[in-house]
Amino acid sequence: MKIDKQTVLELYRTMTRLREFEMKIQELYRSGVLPGFVHLYVGEEAVAAGVCANLSKTDMVWSTHRGHGHALAKGVPGRQVMAELWGKATGCSAGRGGSMHMYAPGCGFMGTNGIVGSGITMSAGGALSAQLRKSGQVTVCFFGDGASNSGSFYEGLNLASVWNLPVVYVCENNLYATEMSLERATKSLDIAARAAIFKMPGVTVDGSDARRVYEAAGEAISRARKDGGPTLIECKTYRFHGHHEGDPGTHYRSKEEIESWKKRDPIKALRESSMAEKVAGADEFDAIDRETQAWLEDAVEFGRVSPEPDPETALDFVW
Amino acid sequence: MVTNGKREITYGDAGVEALGEEMRRDPSIVYIGQGIGPRGGNFRQTKGLWAEFGDHRLRDTAITELGETGMAIGAAMAGNRAIVDNVFLDFSLEAMTQIVQQAANAHFLSNGELKVPLMVRGSMGSVRNAGVQHSHTFYAWFAHIPGLKVVVPATPYDVKGLMKTALRDDCPVIFIEHKALYNIKGNVPAEEYLIPFGKANICRAGTTATLVAVGRMVHVALDAARILDQEGISLEVLDPRTIAPLDREGIAASIRKTTRVAVVEEAHASCGFSGEVFSVACEDCFDSLDAPPKRICARPAPNAFSPKLENRILPDVERVVTEIRDWMNS
Ligand SMILES: Cc1ncc(C[n+]2csc(CCOP(=O)(O)OP(=O)(O)O)c2C)c(N)n1
Ligand SMILES: [Mg+2]
Repeated sequence: MKIDKQTVLELYRTMTRLREFEMKIQELYRSGVLPGFVHLYVGEEAVAAGVCANLSKTDMVWSTHRGHGHALAKGVPGRQVMAELWGKATGCSAGRGGSMHMYAPGCGFMGTNGIVGSGITMSAGGALSAQLRKSGQVTVCFFGDGASNSGSFYEGLNLASVWNLPVVYVCENNLYATEMSLERATKSLDIAARAAIFKMPGVTVDGSDARRVYEAAGEAISRARKDGGPTLIECKTYRFHGHHEGDPGTHYRSKEEIESWKKRDPIKALRESSMAEKVAGADEFDAIDRETQAWLEDAVEFGRVSPEPDPETALDFVW
Repeated sequence: MVTNGKREITYGDAGVEALGEEMRRDPSIVYIGQGIGPRGGNFRQTKGLWAEFGDHRLRDTAITELGETGMAIGAAMAGNRAIVDNVFLDFSLEAMTQIVQQAANAHFLSNGELKVPLMVRGSMGSVRNAGVQHSHTFYAWFAHIPGLKVVVPATPYDVKGLMKTALRDDCPVIFIEHKALYNIKGNVPAEEYLIPFGKANICRAGTTATLVAVGRMVHVALDAARILDQEGISLEVLDPRTIAPLDREGIAASIRKTTRVAVVEEAHASCGFSGEVFSVACEDCFDSLDAPPKRICARPAPNAFSPKLENRILPDVERVVTEIRDWMNS
């Protein structure tokens, strides 16, 4: 499949935003202004960008603890994500949730999540609802290699398969779950192959290549939309940073391993390959970089000046 | 570190010490959980143990709370002593059916033939605005179930003594530390000692009212008591240490002395531990009460992320002082 120029630039724009956003979050977090804990998405941008470029606003995404990138790629405004991480009243969850509990249903974003694996069944439920309502929506569930060893993986995929639900499972296999390497966690290292147990298509893609992710997700999403049922896509990827801010991520992963993945930086790769193929020129990428900086500065300023939530609202929305 | 002739170590290290001593003493102990091997635990709660006991006895698992807890229960039923560390008590919810339906019942249903020497370990409560899914305080859920013992230590001394008792019990014990306490320091003797279950600790003697608290709230209660002392309100701070079994007699004796009781909890009030303490007051020493009991608990909302909201929901020293003062004047 030939991916057009506009799509390439769109993928680049999304990935650049995700990267710059996370680098800014790291800086703010280290300076002590952000409460809580953050898990950064740096290195994995091609997955969220490539998948979400195929989704419409009403399609639904269930995300993870490493979910800032999923939220932004699904169209949650940068201002709202930033303000949420700051615990401000203008955040997408009005400061009630923070990094691991960000909801924006108006953007089809059904939550980041602090409980590993829990989106796998809920996204199948969202797909069941879409099927029952004949809404044409597709749901996507992002989850990690770690989550693929939890019971919910098997329960969710089984029901999604037997009911032919319009859900696409996107496993972000970054080889580690906290400090636990996949090899220590399981002997079933080929996660995509597990789809066969449920008679579901399983695909493995290079998660550092935004165009390949875009194609694989596009195929799975259009199949789901046409009543063709669920797909499991395993994206081979890597987090450049530690598990969360505060974990250097270097005592359980070798320097060589980290460096070899950094060489395959998905943003640089897309830019360089597109330029080599003369799909787009340096000036066009540079323009996006500048635009991204302006977008980011706006989001940070918005987060900074936004008001704290009113303590009197603490008990709202408990029914 | 030794101060005033007393050895001071952290709450976290007190647990490591108890584990090391008991694992040396009882070779049947196997410890199962996520990140508890070479990593030494998310909270450093197994620091250094892997170097001594290795993969054979410290079993790092995938993310599989239902699986790891079920395995620990099965191992305990089959002849080992097992520890399963769910790390965050929040994640024990994934394993609740194994704990409540299997571990708690096996001894009873086998007419006493099966023993379940099991410790389920997890940390509760709020720390550094982690957000609702990592901040729950669930001890009362477990204490509702016959067949489970529930331990909620507040100090390094109690962690060591209570954990050693847990590791010699033949009943499933839910051992619940508080995340925000792992780094506090306190006196822990190097010599062996055990703390019996069901025996409350009077952390501070007083005469005007009894203040019951567990976990981190013991420290909040003590701070509030120091402030109110200057106003002539003398609070007796009582930490039951284990909420199942509960030292009803110890609580009643304190209430008979002070004639009032209040409970401070990081957990919610509804159907909770504070109500259980009230049942002691009403059933066991009603005639001694000079005033209706008082509870100061988390306000009924999920634990919000924003510090402004979280501080509104959770009790703190200021709220305890104000509410106790008003209660005393009412
Ligand atoms: C049910 C549950 N168990 C344990 C945890 C603690 N935890 C948070 S993230 C994580 C690792 C997740 O690994 P993976 O699914 O591969 O995602 P990654 O962090 O690599 O993106 C763990 C164990 C949790 N949040 N929820
Ligand atoms: Mg992973």
